[in-house]
Amino acid sequence: MTDTTQRTAQSVTVPAPRGHRRRLVVVGNGMAGIRAVEEVLERGGAGAFDVTVFGDEPYGNYNRIMLSHVLSGEEAEDGIVLNPLSWYEENGIDLRAGVRVDHVDHAARVVHDAAGGRTPYDTLLIATGSTPFFPPMEGLHRGDGSLLEGVFAFRTLDDARALLENARTHRRAVVIGGGLLGLEAAHGLVTHGLEVDLVHSPPHLMNQQLGSDAGRVLRRKVEQLGIRVHTGVRTRGLLGTDRVSGVELPDGTVLAADFVVVAAGIRPNVEVGVSAGLDVDRGILVDDRMRTSAEDVYAVGECVQHRGQTYGLVAPLWDQASVLADHLTGAAPDAEYHGSRTSTKLKVAGVDVVAMGLSGPERDEDEFVVFSEPHRGVYLNAVVRDDRLVGATLLGDVRKAAVLAQHYDLGTPLPEERTRLLLDLGEVQEGAGAGDLADLDDAVQVCHCNGVTKGRIVGAVADGCTSTTAVMAKTKAGKGCGSCKDLVERITEWAAGGNLTVDETVGWYVPGVPLAKPELMAAIRERGLKSVSAVFRELAPGGVEDAKSKMGLTSLLRMMWPEGIVEERDGRFVNDRVHANIQRDGTFSVVPQMKGGVTTADQLRTIADVADKYDVGMIKVTGGQRIDLLGVPKEDLPKVWADLGMPSGYAYGKSFRTVKTCVGTDFCRFGLGDSTQLGIDLETRYQGVEAPAKLKLGVVGCPRNCAEAYVKDVGVVAVGSGRWEVYVGGAAGATVRKGDLLTTVTSPEEVVTLVGRFIQFYREWGNWLERTYEFVPRLGIERVRAVLVDDSDGMAAGLDERMQTTVENYRDPWQEGAEPVTTGQFRPALPLGMPTVRPSQVRS
Amino acid sequence: MNAPADVLQDVCRVEDLPVGEGRTYVVDGEQVALFRHRSGRVSAVQAACPHAGGPLADGQVDESVVICPLHLTAFDLATGEATGGGEGTIAVHPCRVEAGVVRVGVDVR
Ligand SMILES: Cc1cc2nc3c(=O)[nH]c(=O)nc-3n(C[C@H](O)[C@H](O)[C@H](O)COP(=O)(O)OP(=O)(O)OC[C@H]3O[C@@H](n4cnc5c(N)ncnc54)[C@H](O)[C@@H]3O)c2cc1C
Ligand code: SF4
Ligand code: FES
Repeated sequence: MTDTTQRTAQSVTVPAPRGHRRRLVVVGNGMAGIRAVEEVLERGGAGAFDVTVFGDEPYGNYNRIMLSHVLSGEEAEDGIVLNPLSWYEENGIDLRAGVRVDHVDHAARVVHDAAGGRTPYDTLLIATGSTPFFPPMEGLHRGDGSLLEGVFAFRTLDDARALLENARTHRRAVVIGGGLLGLEAAHGLVTHGLEVDLVHSPPHLMNQQLGSDAGRVLRRKVEQLGIRVHTGVRTRGLLGTDRVSGVELPDGTVLAADFVVVAAGIRPNVEVGVSAGLDVDRGILVDDRMRTSAEDVYAVGECVQHRGQTYGLVAPLWDQASVLADHLTGAAPDAEYHGSRTSTKLKVAGVDVVAMGLSGPERDEDEFVVFSEPHRGVYLNAVVRDDRLVGATLLGDVRKAAVLAQHYDLGTPLPEERTRLLLDLGEVQEGAGAGDLADLDDAVQVCHCNGVTKGRIVGAVADGCTSTTAVMAKTKAGKGCGSCKDLVERITEWAAGGNLTVDETVGWYVPGVPLAKPELMAAIRERGLKSVSAVFRELAPGGVEDAKSKMGLTSLLRMMWPEGIVEERDGRFVNDRVHANIQRDGTFSVVPQMKGGVTTADQLRTIADVADKYDVGMIKVTGGQRIDLLGVPKEDLPKVWADLGMPSGYAYGKSFRTVKTCVGTDFCRFGLGDSTQLGIDLETRYQGVEAPAKLKLGVVGCPRNCAEAYVKDVGVVAVGSGRWEVYVGGAAGATVRKGDLLTTVTSPEEVVTLVGRFIQFYREWGNWLERTYEFVPRLGIERVRAVLVDDSDGMAAGLDERMQTTVENYRDPWQEGAEPVTTGQFRPALPLGMPTVRPSQVRS
Repeated sequence: MNAPADVLQDVCRVEDLPVGEGRTYVVDGEQVALFRHRSGRVSAVQAACPHAGGPLADGQVDESVVICPLHLTAFDLATGEATGGGEGTIAVHPCRVEAGVVRVGVDVR
């Protein structure tokens, strides 16, 4: 996202209205304000209004709710942009990004901004949202009234950036507030490896949405994420003079903290409204047409109070924006907003919580259906009043969320047997069948995060989107928290009738060739295709090549023809063309092989000399027990390899990478098997073998697991008496998974054979880019074991044989270095300061 | 984008570009990524990815798109637009192969 402060800093005067166009000034460039402008434009408002938008934040418009995903690393900043700056330009909207509105003189109909500008309006829309609330705590403010350093809120993109920055440089954080936002913040920080304490003054987590039973189950799940939870305690004060150092609880306990996130509620931003002389209570008061108490002044979003209600979620503001636009443009002057029924979804990976309406019965005659299975972390309930669903909580199993949300929003008839609200009792899924979908009103909101109605989905299908993916791309439905995907899919299917294109590409090995892996392999073998271009020519529709498919095809061909393929360098990803790992600045990282993580003084000396000679940016010991030389320019790569004189460590490929080992029997007093030697043997044999995705291995000398073998693609653990356990399908990246025990064998040789067999099996049956932690569960460990250990399908010998051929044909890629394989193989791709080409040189 | 022919200038020989790959040249002070397609055509676009400055010449191409090697944004080589929902647009330069010489025009503003 680009900072636009500079382009808007000067004070501006808006030209007098052209003809009878009205000047619409919007204060607040957030989710509600811009949604309202979009709705106005959609109703043809571009001809009627000159739109000016003020926004305190120096950006275009982004999806605030996705900040939680930005913090947890699941989403990049760019992924949350709703309206880039170009959108404002294209629609002729005058955006004053980074300019705060100070006050409004409604008598003169002029907006005064902090840059000193005065902007007249005919119609004013206030959409200032809300501000995080900081509860009174000792030490929160410094002497000069400013916030103690190291204390943050979590509301804006800048907040998220600051938290990410602090997460990188610090170890301990305390989050104050255990509601939706606090939990999402705590989760985000834990994903960055921080120690997190969460302090919540009410007796249980998410007390606004959940009853105490559900709160207890949630607490256990949150604690399993590694978050330390303190409920029923109010923070007494913050410690630290210049910067926060801890949080003090009433009993004197001190939670050490390098920084603190306060997520203890929000307060509507009413100041602009107050300055305009509007009626204000907790929020700016509006009527059913989003009108404030002053003529021509409207308000939407979190800053408003409607029928006594303020909201802290996005769903209501979509409805408000639509009513406002109907009214402003005259499209439907009688449209009214009657309040929203909201549901909440916690966006924490692995902790599914959906809550709507009441969290428990309130009247004697209320029906209360509960299903609780705490040991699995499942708690479900539903509250029914007069045959209508008035509340539901789903924790740990949210499959019924879409159906329940419909019952709750629309008051659709409930199943007679109430348990069916919460559970599928063995037969076909009930709920919104085709009939119910037809009955759904077009105005019903399906995706609450992005405010997409059933009507828009049906419209997208009518416009030619015939797959769920296409509908999602067009409408943004399902791209927020994801809880509505199921419903989006069903509506798409229903609306498309028989014309639905199933996303069959999902089953294809690569997107450009319409075949699943087994069929693709059969076709390649049958026709003897040995180059990527031949595969396109013979098997792709129209013979058209596809850039996105090249890398996967290269890998597949090399697996199928170990003796060699017709090499086409453009079929390789840049890493595999120059045998190093491209970095964010276009330089490369070089990792020499260090089998089993064992090195020698000579090798270290050589590495040190090379690092000095080429002035590498950083020398880093990697997680895979090797040494990484970072920041090597492309043109230096061949020289670096030549000087190193070591084989490649394959830190860049979709291939066998490394075997991490512990010191095992030689030095460790606990060692039960020679893990180091076995690791070296495995790496010697399988180095560089290509696979659908990278393979990281580990071997440990006892179950103390010092080299983390349990969470490797293949992990080997010595368990005593010469026995070794072999685990497959483990992971410790963004996904963490303990591998499944494949079997226990009685010699290192058997380990080597079995590991090779597994790798070959994965090479032949794994989907492109499918890691073993997906591959193994997809087939099921029982099936993998049957094939590899019990040889149920008679495949074992063939797998071993093909792996043997692969091993025999191994060649170290760094040997290529001396003679470039292609012209300019090592030429810089961003030649900063490179001299301009002189034509004479070219012709001569 | 249709610069008159005389604005085109010689940049390199076709053989300097390996089939299916990209190389970067500086033309009139602008860094330009040239791609030699398997069909024999050559495309010329801005060398740095608008997303985060990725080296586009190191990306993979087919006849119509280049995929940035850093975050895999795909750009249409004819229009310069990001395809498949990505952000940003790259400059597309007129480009022609004459007698084995690749000629490129950079809009001089
Ligand atoms: C991390 C996080 C996660 C969330 N998750 C969810 C969720 O999962 N589901 C859900 O429904 N909701 C969620 N929310 C709440 C949701 O983001 C808000 O309900 C929504 O953004 C409100 O929209 P708004 O336009 O009223 O306010 P905002 O989006 O806050 O927009 C108001 C804008 O006005 C600007 N502004 C304020 N005063 C001035 C001024 N004087 N001059 C100029 N500009 C001004 C502000 O800078 C701001 O950009 C979440 C919020 C956060 C922070
Ligand atoms: S895993 Fe066991 S054998 Fe290996 S270093 Fe740790 S304690 Fe020693
Ligand atoms: S730099 Fe090109 S996609 Fe990120």
